[in-house]
Amino acid sequence: MTNKEWPLWEVFIRSKQGLSHKHVGSLRAADAEMAIENARDVYTRRSEGISIWVTESNNMFASNPNEADSLYEPSDSKIYRHPTFYEVPDGIEHM
Amino acid sequence: MKEQNISILEQRFQEKIDNDIKIEPRDWMPDNYRQTLIRQISQHAHSEIVGMLPEGNWITRAPNLRRKAVLLAKVQDEAGHGLYLYSATETLGADREELIDDLHSGVAKYSSIFNYPTVTWADMGVIGWLVDGAAIMNQVPLCRCSYGPYARAMVRVCKEESFHQRQGFEIMTNLMKGTSEQKAMAQDAFNRFWWPSLMMFGPSDADSKHTEQSVKWKIKRHTNDELRQMFVDATIPQAELIGLTIPDKDLKWNEERGHYDFGEINWDEFWQVVKGNGPCNKDRVDTRRRAKEEGMWVIEAANAYAEKIKVRKAS
Repeated sequence: MTNKEWPLWEVFIRSKQGLSHKHVGSLRAADAEMAIENARDVYTRRSEGISIWVTESNNMFASNPNEADSLYEPSDSKIYRHPTFYEVPDGIEHM
Repeated sequence: MKEQNISILEQRFQEKIDNDIKIEPRDWMPDNYRQTLIRQISQHAHSEIVGMLPEGNWITRAPNLRRKAVLLAKVQDEAGHGLYLYSATETLGADREELIDDLHSGVAKYSSIFNYPTVTWADMGVIGWLVDGAAIMNQVPLCRCSYGPYARAMVRVCKEESFHQRQGFEIMTNLMKGTSEQKAMAQDAFNRFWWPSLMMFGPSDADSKHTEQSVKWKIKRHTNDELRQMFVDATIPQAELIGLTIPDKDLKWNEERGHYDFGEINWDEFWQVVKGNGPCNKDRVDTRRRAKEEGMWVIEAANAYAEKIKVRKAS
């Protein structure tokens, strides 16, 4: 039981203050503390980050790529949600 | 009906590839595409991990602290590269432990270059310069590979690897500026690693059974012979600049082709090393196997500790 494989973790790095954490990859570790230590060693050796998030991969839930059409296609037809849909008369500024 | 569905799926898949849309882990993909990637990426991962051994050999004997720190950093990078690549295989549903077991049982292949011994310090120079140089030549086009996680891993690897090649060339440059013994050592290392470096690009196109399909799937962007030629063209001027003699009597610039012509690779040696009969094949695999067996207590201890903390937090 004790020689079971360490679980898989997903790693997210904030590259600098003001930016959000971004997924950079995954690794294996026995617990969260080790996952953060390993993430530091593997993913921040060249000043790539100042903050690390890790979560066990089996806690991640994802949308189904087969449903991509039905999920995202409806937004393609709603071009009135974009400012470029509207005509602005010549001479109008600050809009 | 079912077969028809698959052919529609395959057609859509190829359309995505043709339009340079990346394939991501949960997308539908042909089984062969998945298997080809698992084979290629795991071999690549094994090469990174086994590739630590010939250089690890010299960490304790580096000539000064700067060289030692650099070599440590390079070998640590290679461990990281192995990890990125094993992770990429896991996104395809491969079991990492099974892949590693295949390496340890001799079923899985890795780059044959690491089955040659590193007998002098100059070998550290020539490995960084030629072996990492050849690896970069292979890996840069892989940054545009059709499979997203592999391409992203390659972007990271290539960024990190450019220092590997430069530090190797620096070692060679310094040796070639040194005493006659140092120059001879550099030339000897170059002589031993030149041909095996050319073999790193794999069999010639005529004998490469995977190339055609891999190019169609945009896993590979260039054939083995194209990459080999690019490597020769890039490396010869570098060797000449620092005064090394290329151990190939047939090498000459071909004005018409705009490329160097070079001699015939000893394919018999290539296949012998691939089949496990190189100078260090057994030693490399034995070392890996021993590392796993002797390091097993770390895995067990970390699991026991994680379990203890979990119990303590729950109570």
